[in-house]
Amino acid sequence: MSTATRFRTLKDMPKEDYVSPGNTLCAGCGGILALRIFHKVLGPNVAWVNAAGCMTVSMSYPLSPLKSNWLYTAFASAPAGAQGIRDALDVLIAKRKLQPSQNLKVVVVTGDGAAYDIGLQSTAGAIDRRLDFYYLCYDNEAYGNTGFQMSSSTPFGSSTKTTPVTPAYPIGNTVAKKDLFEVWRSMKAPYVATLANSHGVDFLRKVEKGAEVRGPKLYIAFAACPTGWGFDTRDSVEIEKLAVQTGVWPLREAVDGIVHHTFVPRALTPVKEYLKTQGRFGHLFEPAVNTEAINAIQGSVNGYWKEAGSREGFEVKTPEVVANKAVSN
Amino acid sequence: MKGSLLTGNAAAASAARLARVDYIPAYPITPQTEIIETLADWVREGTMDSRFVQLESEHSMVTAAGAASLTGARVFTATSSQGLLYAMEMLYNVSGWRAPMLLVNVSRGLAAPIVLEPDHNDVLAARDSGFLQFHSETCQEVADLVLLAYRVAEDKRVMLPAIVNLDGFYLSFTRERVMLPEQEAVDHFLPPYEPISPLSASNPVSRGSSVMEGYVYSYFRYNLHAAALGAKKVFNEAAREYEHFFGRAYGPVEGFMLDDAEYVLVMSNSFTALGRQAVKRMRDRGIPAGLLKLRMVRPFPGEEIAALLRGRKVVGVFDQNLSPGLGGIFYPEVAGSLYHLRNRPKAILPVVGGLGGKQITTKEMDAVFEEMVSIDREGKTPSPLFLMREDELARVKKTVAIAEGGS
Repeated sequence: MSTATRFRTLKDMPKEDYVSPGNTLCAGCGGILALRIFHKVLGPNVAWVNAAGCMTVSMSYPLSPLKSNWLYTAFASAPAGAQGIRDALDVLIAKRKLQPSQNLKVVVVTGDGAAYDIGLQSTAGAIDRRLDFYYLCYDNEAYGNTGFQMSSSTPFGSSTKTTPVTPAYPIGNTVAKKDLFEVWRSMKAPYVATLANSHGVDFLRKVEKGAEVRGPKLYIAFAACPTGWGFDTRDSVEIEKLAVQTGVWPLREAVDGIVHHTFVPRALTPVKEYLKTQGRFGHLFEPAVNTEAINAIQGSVNGYWKEAGSREGFEVKTPEVVANKAVSN
Repeated sequence: MKGSLLTGNAAAASAARLARVDYIPAYPITPQTEIIETLADWVREGTMDSRFVQLESEHSMVTAAGAASLTGARVFTATSSQGLLYAMEMLYNVSGWRAPMLLVNVSRGLAAPIVLEPDHNDVLAARDSGFLQFHSETCQEVADLVLLAYRVAEDKRVMLPAIVNLDGFYLSFTRERVMLPEQEAVDHFLPPYEPISPLSASNPVSRGSSVMEGYVYSYFRYNLHAAALGAKKVFNEAAREYEHFFGRAYGPVEGFMLDDAEYVLVMSNSFTALGRQAVKRMRDRGIPAGLLKLRMVRPFPGEEIAALLRGRKVVGVFDQNLSPGLGGIFYPEVAGSLYHLRNRPKAILPVVGGLGGKQITTKEMDAVFEEMVSIDREGKTPSPLFLMREDELARVKKTVAIAEGGS
C-alpha cells in the first residue's frame, strides 16, 4: 500500500461531481454528502448497489442524481447484488465479451439498518468470499427513512419512535450502539474505516487508501440526520465535527486487522456539548438534567479512548465524570 | 445425438453446460444439491467455462443471479422448497428488473412439518412472482425445457426470468434415458445472451429505481404481465425450431388419448406418468378417459386448456399441492379457463394428492376416474377428493400413537 496521497488539504478535493445538485433527500443530509465525497475519489466508473433506505427514494423514476450506475436490490442483500455484478464483470472480461475499459468499481451503499441489522448476513458472506467491493454505510443511527426507529446502531440515550421516552423509560434507547467496525474487522476484512464529513482530508485519504486494497473495503460514514436527530439543517457538518471532538465518533481504520486512530483529539470535549445540540437527546436535559445517563455516556466514551490509547500508545485527556449525589449511594 | 442414463438433476446440469452459462451462484438444499455439485465439478475440472460461486443464502443467491444477469451474464441457479421461499422477495425483484436468468426448482414439500419428498407448494408459491414456469414430467423434458426456457426468457419480446421445475426424488434421483443435444446444434438454437442496457461504464443505467406514483407502478406491472402473456407465442416459435433441430415437440400443454375422451384428468409433473397408466386401464375397461398435462404454468395456458377440454363430460384437476382454506391451486385456474365456454364440461372434480411425495397407487388413480364417471352418470355435484388410503391411515394412527407415548 503506497503512503503517497494526492489529498493534503481540502483544496485537493476533486472538483468533479457525480452527484447532481438538487435531489430529493433532506436538506443537510449527511448521507448524500458522504456519497458525493466518496464518488469524487472513485471517479465516474461506478456501480452503486443499494438496499432499502433514504438513498432508495432519492433514485425515483425517471430521475437520478447520479452520473453512474445504480441497482436497488432489497433490504437484506445489497452485498449479494455487488457479488453478482463483480462476478459478471470478471467473467465477461475473462471471456472477452466485455472490454476491460468497461470495468466498474462496485460499491454497496446502505444505511445503518441494512448494514448493522438486516443485511449483516449478506455482508458477512461477501467478506468471507473476499469479494472485491466497497461498502459505504451512511450511519444515521436509526431507521431514518421510515421515520426514525431504533436500529442496533442507535446509541444509548437516544429517543426514537420505537424507543420513546416515557416516565417509565426516561432514557429512550437503553442499549449501547453496536460496534460494526469491530464486527467487520473480526471477519478479517482487509480494510475497514470510519468517516466523518467534517474531516474531509481524512475521508478522502481513506477512500484513496482502500482503492489500493483488493477485497472488501468497508466504510462507516457518520451521517448527521437533521430530521431524525432534531437539529437545524445548516448544523450538519458542525454536529459531525462535535461527534469527533467529543470522541463519540472515533475516526479509525483497520488495515489487515491492525487498528489505527487517524484522528486523536488531545482533549475530549465533554459529550454533553454534543448531546445537547440534538432533539433525540433532549430528554437528557429537559425538564431536568439526567446526570446519571450523561455520565454513563461520558464514562463509556472515556473508557473507549483509554483502551484505544493504551493499545496504540497515545493519551487523550478525558472529561471528568462527576458523581451525581442524588443517584449514587 | 446419443442417449445416456441421467438423473433429472444431471439432466438439468448438463443442459446448463450446453447453454454455456457464464455464471452459477449456488446454495445447497436437498434434493437439488446434486445439480450444483455437478456444475462445481465441471467448472473446477475446466470442462465448463463458467464462474461458480457459493453464496450464504438463497436470498443472496437470487440477488447475485439477477444482478449478474443485468450486467450481461447468462445465469443459472437451482434450489428447492424452503430455499425458493427464502428467495421469494428476490424473485419478485428479479422479474421486475426484467433479468432473464434461469432457476431450476427441484420440488419438495414445505415445512412445517419438514419433509424431503415432493409436492408443488414450493414452486406454486412463486406463481405470482413474474417468473415464467415450465414443469417437467421426465428427465428428458428437464434438459429440453432448460434450453427452451433460456431461449424464451432472453427473447427481446419477453426478457423475464424463468423457472424449470422437476420433482424431487421421482425425477431428481431417478435415472432415465436422456438424449442430450449436440453442442453445435444448441449453439445455433440458443445464441449468446444480449442484455438490454446492461450496467456499463460508457452508458450508465439506473435499475430497480423506486416509483412513487401508482399509475407508473401499474404501467410497469401491466407491462410485465403483457411480456409474460407474450411468452407463450415466443415459446411456441422456439418449440417449433427446437423440434426441427432436435426432433422433440413441445407445446404449452400436452394431451394424452384425448381424441374421444369424455373424462379428462389435468395433471402436471412426474405423477402425470401415473395418470397416463390409469387412462390406459380405463380404456381397457371401455371408459373413454384422457389426460391433459400442464407443461407451461406461467404464462397460464388457459386458451389451450379451453380448446382441449371443451365438450368433455367431466374434468378432474389433480393438484399435488394444497392451499389450506381453498384446496388445490390449479383447480380454480383450470375452472376459470373453462367458465366462459358454451360447451364447457358439466363438472370439474378437484383432487388433491401426492403431498410430500405420498405415493399414488393404481387403485387411487382408478378411483379418481371412477369418481368422474359416477359424477357424470349420477349427476352428482363434485366434492373434493383428498387421496389417502386406508392402510396409510392405519399407519398414520400407529405413528401418532407412538408420538403420544403409546407403544
